[in-house]
Amino acid sequence: MTQPLSGKEVAERIQDQVPGAVLLADGACICVRPGSVAQVAQFLKEAAGLEMDYLNNLTAADYLDYVEVVYHLSSLKHNHSLTMKVQCWGPDEPEVPSVYPVWRGADLQERECYDMFGVRFVGHPNPKRILFWEGFEGHVLRKEFIA
Amino acid sequence: MAMMPSLPPSSGSGQGWEELDRNEGLDIEQLRVGSPDALADPDAWIDEEVKRGVLVTSLDALLGWGRRYSVWPVAFGLACCGMEMVATAASRFDIARFGMEVFRASPRQADLMIVAGTLCWKMAPALKRIYDQMPEPKWVVAMGQCAISGGPFEEYVAVVPGVNHIVPVDVYIPGCPPRPESLLHGLRMLHRKIQKEGSGLKRLG
Repeated sequence: MTQPLSGKEVAERIQDQVPGAVLLADGACICVRPGSVAQVAQFLKEAAGLEMDYLNNLTAADYLDYVEVVYHLSSLKHNHSLTMKVQCWGPDEPEVPSVYPVWRGADLQERECYDMFGVRFVGHPNPKRILFWEGFEGHVLRKEFIA
Repeated sequence: MAMMPSLPPSSGSGQGWEELDRNEGLDIEQLRVGSPDALADPDAWIDEEVKRGVLVTSLDALLGWGRRYSVWPVAFGLACCGMEMVATAASRFDIARFGMEVFRASPRQADLMIVAGTLCWKMAPALKRIYDQMPEPKWVVAMGQCAISGGPFEEYVAVVPGVNHIVPVDVYIPGCPPRPESLLHGLRMLHRKIQKEGSGLKRLG
């Protein structure tokens, strides 16, 4: 069984490397500042003892005030897992740095996340819709979308 | 940082994909705006012909008999209904009993399109193109709730609310998914319809 890591312990390690990146941490997950996602992801992948080499899932959720991007990470080497969340506040189109350079599996998942939630992943090599067609207006899983 | 293998990112990063994507989007939007209503089922002529008192000749009966026992379907399994369609074609239910075992991969060789599954707007231009490529006379079976009316996804913006918005449908087979027995029953109904149509000239023009 995969062992979930304590968010607090991981947050302390991140604090040494990328100060101020983690906004919240509890037993299950860490909440990261949008601007620091790429650095934190890089750190999580490479830090000894963590080595989050596998991105299980990348998705988002619309909480009306903010859009939250959720990363489920695990390490095949150490058999442990961690949830990383990014809250994007504000009325603007949410923007998050792409983690494609860190985990290649993020390619299609970030495209789907953009398609459904309108989250722009800055630095993605091919940032276009994946399921809906070009020219479709709106993002269907946003709460303000009305069919 | 570890060396990344130099594979290309997901599809469509080559030259000219913007134009391809834009044209595809335009096609879909055109079809979506252009088909707000369901097309009429192509059996309205039956009553008219009866009113006019057309004589069904023995030649028509012969043509109909030959035609209904050699209906070749085009493979169009879109979703889980496709599995039931495959099961119908396999040995237990054995669609070969009706001379229909040759599921064609080309619409040019097919008479019947069994639309098995949810049709999304993104797939709709392909469905219409395949229907247009089939030679006359041709028939369409809408298999399952999704193909009939969009089913549980009817209100979703990506799903066509019934394939009869895109192509005229001859037989509707309800079920979610319909069991192979239902599909066979629907196909028998189609056979009766083909027999009734006779030479099928009514469908032309």
